[in-house]
Amino acid sequence: MNAVVAFPTPAEKTLGDQFRARGATDAGRQSAYAAFSAAGLPHRRIEAWHYTDLRSLLREVLPPAPPPEAAVIAEAKRLVATLPRAEGGRVVLIDGVPWPRLSELDSLAAGVSARPILEAISQNDDTAGLVAAESLGAVESVVSLNAALLQGGVLIDVAAGAVSAPIEVLCIASGTTPAAIYARHYVRLGEGAKASIVERHAALQPTRSQANHVLVMALADGAELQHAAGIDGLGEEALHIGSMLVRLGARANFTSTTLIATRGITRRQAYLDFAGPHARAHFNGASLLDGRAHADTTLVVTHTAPHCESRELYKHVLDAEATGVYQGKVIVRPGAQKTDGKMLSKAVFLGDGATMHNKPELEIFADDVVCGHGATVGALDEDQLFYLRARGIPRAEAEAMLLEAFAEEALDELADEALREEFAGRIAQWLRQRGT
Amino acid sequence: MLEVKNLHVEVDGQKILRGLDLVVRPGEVAAIMGPNGSGKSTLSYVIAGRADYEVTEGEVLLDGENVLAMEPEERAAKGLFLAFQYPVEIPGVATMTFLKASLNAQRKARGEAEFSTPDFMRRVRDAAGKLEIDPDMLKRPLNVGFSGGEKKRMEILQMALLGPRYGLLDETDSGLDIDALRIVAAGVNALRAEDRGFLVITHYQRLLDYIKPDVVHVMSRGRIVKTGDATLALELEKNGYRDYVADAA
Repeated sequence: MNAVVAFPTPAEKTLGDQFRARGATDAGRQSAYAAFSAAGLPHRRIEAWHYTDLRSLLREVLPPAPPPEAAVIAEAKRLVATLPRAEGGRVVLIDGVPWPRLSELDSLAAGVSARPILEAISQNDDTAGLVAAESLGAVESVVSLNAALLQGGVLIDVAAGAVSAPIEVLCIASGTTPAAIYARHYVRLGEGAKASIVERHAALQPTRSQANHVLVMALADGAELQHAAGIDGLGEEALHIGSMLVRLGARANFTSTTLIATRGITRRQAYLDFAGPHARAHFNGASLLDGRAHADTTLVVTHTAPHCESRELYKHVLDAEATGVYQGKVIVRPGAQKTDGKMLSKAVFLGDGATMHNKPELEIFADDVVCGHGATVGALDEDQLFYLRARGIPRAEAEAMLLEAFAEEALDELADEALREEFAGRIAQWLRQRGT
Repeated sequence: MLEVKNLHVEVDGQKILRGLDLVVRPGEVAAIMGPNGSGKSTLSYVIAGRADYEVTEGEVLLDGENVLAMEPEERAAKGLFLAFQYPVEIPGVATMTFLKASLNAQRKARGEAEFSTPDFMRRVRDAAGKLEIDPDMLKRPLNVGFSGGEKKRMEILQMALLGPRYGLLDETDSGLDIDALRIVAAGVNALRAEDRGFLVITHYQRLLDYIKPDVVHVMSRGRIVKTGDATLALELEKNGYRDYVADAA
């Protein structure tokens, strides 16, 4: 048998040099790097990356972010001070590294703990399996790359039966120099635990950046997790990759809401596995894109166990020359009877140069299931606009009203009212800025 | 005074209005009756400012000012109100939010102060009560899931709140049962005033039993072909539009 030898691109070579330069010798990182270098950077001939060709987008690989200087820490501190207190605690990371002095860990609920992921790995917690990309991580070369070059992250444990208010994970990119960030968080919920995780990304400077974030979430039987993510304020030349790897036990309940309102290139992907029956996963998202922004949302939901419900609702508002991508794949394994899986993608075009790619896929190997998908793409409804204008509402305001209603539907399942208001406010702000 | 002078309108190259002349005076209720396809709805849309209609000749004057060059929102602020034949559903926009945005946008355009929230709420509640509109309906998205009657009552509620100079009622009676018709007509009658005119477009005479017109115009093939008093509506009810269609042809 002939071995297939792929010649690495200059970018892949640089990543290899970076890996060797960090002198990582532990087996986990070694095998993660091996997995990455075997696959290489994903490119357009890899179906899941067809619309976001990382090989051509990542011609130049940025060096890993250096440790933050005092001025950066001071600025991060000022940023944190402007935020409302996080009810269930806040973990602050600067360029992927947890920063305990800026974090609020005293408000963590009983049965909830948060500690640096690198510490957990060195203590051989079962995190090691995930970080080594041997199980869930192996599905994607960018997830393997994340493990190989990992700079830090946080492990959050919610003990069986524990209940937590929203815990915020704030990832601050210093932007002092053009740099790459590799961070990974792991949220583990014990049986019947209830928690909420808010993932925030902020940049102190809109410098060129390449972020590769991974969030692993594992829910034991009967656990309930609300996840929310806000991707905002990145620069034109930013690349943000966020991967969610989710495993749900029996009767687990998972909801995820993502708001993308940024420039640059964003790839949000999720791989979710229904490992136990009667679980439920709802994904919602709104992407507001203008300029030449590009946002790709790709979800792969695997129904391994029967009687599970998956829902996906994604809204795109595309102005100027922005590009939106929605790819949803629902896989129903043999025996996953009574699966109920639905995907819906809706996009509104405001600019003539905007593009939307919709690719829903169903792979069904069980016969007693209900699965479906729908997609709409179009301009704002002229009848609705005329109705509002005939009542005296100026065109720009009427458009904003309709777009706000359109995008806000993606927030309907966000239980945290303060966060829902904040996201709704961000949508309104984006629409106002668009008008000026 | 609302004047339509020699109005010619085309849609996709097809002539719909062919030299229409019409005057509605302050305090007057003018009815326009006519067979289907005579151009009644087109007239109301053109006055309100809907796109897709090409005015090839003529003008529409509100107190001497040509409104055809104005955006729909400017016309609304000047006091033109169209009660839609098919009110549009707007998912995700609460009725109350819409009402407030509409009222305040018009007031702002006229240089008037916006209403305070309590003042606004009181006005809405009063108007809704008169039209037997359940206050819970105001929390729902605009017109979404409303019955035909509820939608038409919502149109009249908007007219009551906005207090226009001229109200154009496009087939407001269509899809209404007799109770809803009575409520809607009472709502319109309550708004009749010396300084406010109405143009009531209807296919049937039934609505005019409840909203007594001062003038009745018969429209056929894009023109007013006969004008008379309220008895003209009764005559049409008896004889149909046959004579007028034949006349115009």
